Amino acid sequence: MSYPSDRKYTKEHEWITADGTIGITHHAQDSLGDIVFVELPKVGAEITAGKTFGTVESVKAVSDLYAPVSGTVTATNEALATAPEQVNKDAHGAWMVKINLKNPAELNALLSAADYEKFVSEEAGH
Amino acid sequence: MTKHMTRKATRHISQNEGLIFEKSSPGKAAWKLPPLDVPEVDTAKLLGKQERKDLGDMPEVSEIEIIRHFTRLSTWNYAIDLGMYPLGSCTMKYNPRVNEFVARIEGLANGHPYQAEKISQGALRIIRTLSDCLLEITGMDAITLQPAAGAQGELTGLLMVRAYHQSKGNARKKILIPDSAHGTNPATAATVGYAVENLKSNERGMVDVAALAAQMNEDVAALMVTNPNTLGVFEQEIAKIAELMHAKGGLLYMDGANMNALVAKARPGDFGVDVMHLNLHKTFSTPHGGGGPGSGPVAVKKVLAPFLPTPVLITKPDGTLGFEYNCPQSVGRVRAFYGNFGMFIRALAYIFANGPDGLRQTTEDAVLNANYIRKGLEGVYDLPYSTPSMHEVVFSDRLQSKKGVKTMDLAKRLIDYGFHPYTTAFPLIVPGALMIEPTESEPKEELDLFIEAMKSIAEEVEEDPQYVLDAPHNTRISRLDETAAARKPVLRWKPEGKAV
Repeated sequence: MSYPSDRKYTKEHEWITADGTIGITHHAQDSLGDIVFVELPKVGAEITAGKTFGTVESVKAVSDLYAPVSGTVTATNEALATAPEQVNKDAHGAWMVKINLKNPAELNALLSAADYEKFVSEEAGH
Repeated sequence: MTKHMTRKATRHISQNEGLIFEKSSPGKAAWKLPPLDVPEVDTAKLLGKQERKDLGDMPEVSEIEIIRHFTRLSTWNYAIDLGMYPLGSCTMKYNPRVNEFVARIEGLANGHPYQAEKISQGALRIIRTLSDCLLEITGMDAITLQPAAGAQGELTGLLMVRAYHQSKGNARKKILIPDSAHGTNPATAATVGYAVENLKSNERGMVDVAALAAQMNEDVAALMVTNPNTLGVFEQEIAKIAELMHAKGGLLYMDGANMNALVAKARPGDFGVDVMHLNLHKTFSTPHGGGGPGSGPVAVKKVLAPFLPTPVLITKPDGTLGFEYNCPQSVGRVRAFYGNFGMFIRALAYIFANGPDGLRQTTEDAVLNANYIRKGLEGVYDLPYSTPSMHEVVFSDRLQSKKGVKTMDLAKRLIDYGFHPYTTAFPLIVPGALMIEPTESEPKEELDLFIEAMKSIAEEVEEDPQYVLDAPHNTRISRLDETAAARKPVLRWKPEGKAV
């Protein structure tokens, strides 16, 4: 799997674009298995870097979503409420929330596509 | 048809059976009342608007139809009485018949919680004796038997942790939880109003003491640890962990789900635990599954005793036993009456039938059985952590997943071999986990059948992975669509042709 280089990644397996669109990675959806429910914050909610802002439920487990950076939620992908399988089909297209970045410099601390790919392959080798 | 034959399972006629509602025909009944020999009551007058003549779609069937319905359904079941139930983390041990015999003794079976205390002394003595036994086994100071299951025990325990910190003027903010924990632990912490902070395991599968030291501060109310943890590994630095918690005023909560590896060998109270729950339906052989009901006693050190749920069992000045309701610092009642009393009788029967030496032997056999399976399957399945196993062993599907076969597929194929599946995909820190807990109940012959089945499945994966991916093949119905069931659940039956 090659990861798109137009965005940044976290070790918690989220991706974020420069304009503040957030989703989970292909690797995340693959290890979660079939996703059956996505719980997202409301528009206007403040999210904090490193803290949970929602949950993803698969047939295997419920997992937290961690905010890659801090910001205010401006939109949520409502289609996921009725069609959570979109995340399995196209994890890098099925965004979850859009935020106004509080401090765009926070993006610099995140992983590049190449770094993330390396991180995932090391983790799988455990 | 089957690639590999299994010695354990064979084909057997399994009858089809619909819902009992679908068998209904108007006017059929399995009962007949005698003629009325008391004055008839005008129910409409008595109940007014509440009177209901139409009971909806209740099944109308004859007696033999009812008997056959439930008997047929029962043949679809799998139970510990049929074979090994290696569901890791669940301790699905045999429920000895002596437990059932004792629970059915007339005076116990017919007792009622509203009976006056002075004629309930026998029942209260059972509660007291079981409490004393559990305190001796855990090395703790005080106990409540009220909680109805493990998760409710956790909730009760953390409510007490919160009350304890509050009594010192600061409830604190966080609960630390290792990444190998049972999912109920973070859920409990969140329910009690604490933030959950994850603690990473080290390469040996244990709590990383250096990470704990770095994360521990005066905002942390407690650490919730399972010992042995969900990898079946004993937390060897547990005393050091307790010390780190206590140095900053925190408490150590132990999830007692895996006590089957410790009973009569090591006592949580001795290695620094402040509060813990037990699962009578795991460790102490009361029924598990099928509604149980469960029982999750919570044992604590002295400092937490004032916060135990009300009522508390006491010895009165006249020497009789009774309940004390005046406990000003208590977290309150957590369960109607005093918990699931029928389970107390069974657990006590189990403890008495075994005695201290028997309980020690039980623990040793549980650990021996798990290690026998580990030895038998090592090399066939990947063992992600080589740290010694206690009462359960965790493999991964790393070798089989190269052929596209994952833990769930292996588990489905295991059903064809006549076994209940092991626990799949847990603990989460092992990708593709196979978590196997045989318990002490299994004789060597059953363990050998299991090892043989698992080896045979591994061979099938090499020879014809698709066959394993399509399993189960010999069950009433093939693999269910668990995803559709979760995404688009059908939650109730509706009579055909009727809009409801």
